[in-house]
Amino acid sequence: MTEFEPVIIGLTCNWCAYAGADLAGTSKIQYPPNIRIIRVMCTGRIEPEFIFDAFRMGADGVLIGGCHLGDCHYQEGNYKTALRVSITREVLKSLGIEPERVRLEWISASEGKKFSETVKSFIEEIRRLGPNPLKGAPEA
Amino acid sequence: MQIVWTSTLHSYMPIFVSFLHPLQQSQFLFYCCLISLSSLHAGKALNRPILRFQSSSWVRTVSRTGKSRGPEEPRIGVFICHCGSNIADIVDVKEVVDFASKFPNVVFAVDERYVCSEPGQALIRENIRKHKLNRVIVASCSPRMHETTFRKALEAEGLNPFLLEITNLREQCSWVHMHEPRKATQKAKVLVASAIAKATLLEPLTPMKFSVTPAALVIGGGIAGIQASLDLANIGFKVHLVEKTPSIGGHMAQLDKTFPTLDCSACILTPKMVDVSRHPNITLWSYSEVESISGFIGNFKATIVEKARYINKSLCTGCGTCASKCPVKTIPNEFDLGLGTRSVAYIPFPQAVPLIYTIDKENCLYFTKGVCRVCEKTCPFKAVDFNQQDKKVEIEVGTIVIATGYDLFDANRKPEYGYKQYKNVLTNLEFERLISAAGPTGGQLVRPSDGRAPKKIAFVQCIGSRDILTNPYCSRVCCMASVKQAHQAKEKYPDAKVFVFYIDLRTFGKGYEEFLWRVQEEGVNLVRGKVAEIYRKPKDENLTVLFEDTLLGQTREMDFDMVILAAGLEPRVDAQQIQKALKLSMSPDSFFLEAHPKLRPVETHIAGVYLCGCAQGPKDIPDVVAQASAAASQASIPLIQGEVVSEPTIAYVDKELCCSCKICESVCVYDAIEADETDEEKRAKVNEALCVGCGSCAAACPARAITMYGFTKEQISKQLAALLTEPT
Repeated sequence: MTEFEPVIIGLTCNWCAYAGADLAGTSKIQYPPNIRIIRVMCTGRIEPEFIFDAFRMGADGVLIGGCHLGDCHYQEGNYKTALRVSITREVLKSLGIEPERVRLEWISASEGKKFSETVKSFIEEIRRLGPNPLKGAPEA
Repeated sequence: MQIVWTSTLHSYMPIFVSFLHPLQQSQFLFYCCLISLSSLHAGKALNRPILRFQSSSWVRTVSRTGKSRGPEEPRIGVFICHCGSNIADIVDVKEVVDFASKFPNVVFAVDERYVCSEPGQALIRENIRKHKLNRVIVASCSPRMHETTFRKALEAEGLNPFLLEITNLREQCSWVHMHEPRKATQKAKVLVASAIAKATLLEPLTPMKFSVTPAALVIGGGIAGIQASLDLANIGFKVHLVEKTPSIGGHMAQLDKTFPTLDCSACILTPKMVDVSRHPNITLWSYSEVESISGFIGNFKATIVEKARYINKSLCTGCGTCASKCPVKTIPNEFDLGLGTRSVAYIPFPQAVPLIYTIDKENCLYFTKGVCRVCEKTCPFKAVDFNQQDKKVEIEVGTIVIATGYDLFDANRKPEYGYKQYKNVLTNLEFERLISAAGPTGGQLVRPSDGRAPKKIAFVQCIGSRDILTNPYCSRVCCMASVKQAHQAKEKYPDAKVFVFYIDLRTFGKGYEEFLWRVQEEGVNLVRGKVAEIYRKPKDENLTVLFEDTLLGQTREMDFDMVILAAGLEPRVDAQQIQKALKLSMSPDSFFLEAHPKLRPVETHIAGVYLCGCAQGPKDIPDVVAQASAAASQASIPLIQGEVVSEPTIAYVDKELCCSCKICESVCVYDAIEADETDEEKRAKVNEALCVGCGSCAAACPARAITMYGFTKEQISKQLAALLTEPT
């Protein structure tokens, strides 16, 4: 049996985490290709439903990356995200999905290394958790 | 698993509600629950009636009409960039082209060595014409890199520039998966599929144009801020120069001579300071701070706090009577780094601009003990005003130049060198004050412990620089500063023995290496080796330097009369205030981050905000002045153009769907969305001039009435589906 390769969806803000991911690239800091990133302007754009959709469509984990608190390009988008994500986690729990499958990290434009470390540790965590329990569940 | 997943989350409402109750203690949290729940609730019900919130006043039944998406049936062209070998060496680009060309709406797909180059852009334009493309995908470097370039290519063919989608195959694929080419290729395919999915839903957008306030704000009155202000003012724009201390001049005013030409710092700086004060286009806000900044390029609003000097600036002539009559004359002078003293009523240095005295409230007898007022009685111009208050002023500017400078590394953080413990250990900046004719000793280079001329002087390099325990970066100016100071020491005392202890001597500028040769010929000894520790001899305050001579491979000790520590440059402690106010990014070393290290070195990621001087990183005076002129030139571009275009990726309210709940109004920190008073049902309306496109309102809208252009729910949903479909 081949090893389980998690599929991670990254939702990152343009100004910090996406730029941090770019810096990881420019600095050639390697990390596994399991993560696939969608860029939004601010994590405040992220609807809980994006996260639910990702799991429904088969993602094993969702990594949300925004600016450090106080550094949001749009003042307080990341605070809204922090609250929305914490509630989303609770809802996921009640749906039988481990809340650890959603990770929220503050990664600045200068933290390329932190970005790659975060991705690596998140992939390991998802590997421990195993595949998304919804995979293979019938679509109603 | 106990719960069977369905395509709609609608039927899970009871679970959510049961979850809600315990959280109701906190009103805010509950409100957030509402947001997340309601957006869940609105969920997948896109093409059928949506029923929302059980409160009767909120019930609205509407159906989303089939709104036209884009100009016509998508005809997508996909351009996959090799980026020389950067992408193509890892990702099999031909395979990605084959993969992309199989998608229904993709009418053309090709790979190209450099899509950003002239032939690459020509290829895009040619194929827009040839295949009547109405959507373009470029799979290349980060969209943060060349988005504007590619948008222009579309525009040149009459295509709306926002019908472009860039997917990042370089920074986020080939460069980070260099040892897994197979997996990188698979990921590249998925990323391209996601771009195709989004592209089918792209809509043409029209940017808005705004007029620009023809004025600039320069923060920081050191040589960088002075140069930037003079350049902007000479172009013809109004400049507000804000300086925190009572005088402009910055660190350069504290220096005696400048390397390698040995120009007297004051001689070259003070005329510029006077030019600033006399320039009709410059308003100088000295002893002032920027409290807050709001707005956007072309239309910034800044609040400046002018601190109370307790001296009326329009009456003060700078005669100095207040200082001479002031009974308290023993305050350590900040400008002389505490080596000299000043009165409570003071100017930092004789050439201060503006030449206005300031009363130091902390140490004033009247403010602390309620007695004295000698200055008030003796001032011939009645300029002293103990009732003065801090004054807040709001100004409007089109662009902002940040020139906040640096802090000298605090040598106390390296206790092994004995700074502040041993009297004859000084920093390089203190040396400048000692040797300056305008300094506390009148230019006499003497030992602080006994006032004797030193016979043996050591300069110790890299204090707080190139040091993993403090700052890993090179401060760039200290090598030349020490070499210059060694020369000055030799000039004062030709018989003195002068040693410079270095790791590497970095003399990279124009005329620097030649200066180093000259100083060596003058008899200055250069020792390659890091100093480990400095001890004091209690009897005579002499110092023993313990160092490793790396050329001899020996650990040695040597005695000195005086040691000068070459303290490095650090980001200013208070720079964070500006960083928070403008949401600027910082480099890992905590200096301000430029938009691109090579191609946009004076711009920031915030449009209309520019950087110069040591605020961006350590640099010497020639580099600072060059960068300040560059920043002024960049900052003048929007002012000259007179108008700026805004990103059209903003929010839009579909009134058909809006339920007038006003949640969007409460989440928007820019007051850019609010109830339309002209509308009977008070439904929400976006103020396009204020909307910055963060998307918070769209995420919060329970009725899904808000479309966030460029990042719509439908686009992101399609992207997700594509990213989660394994490529064949």
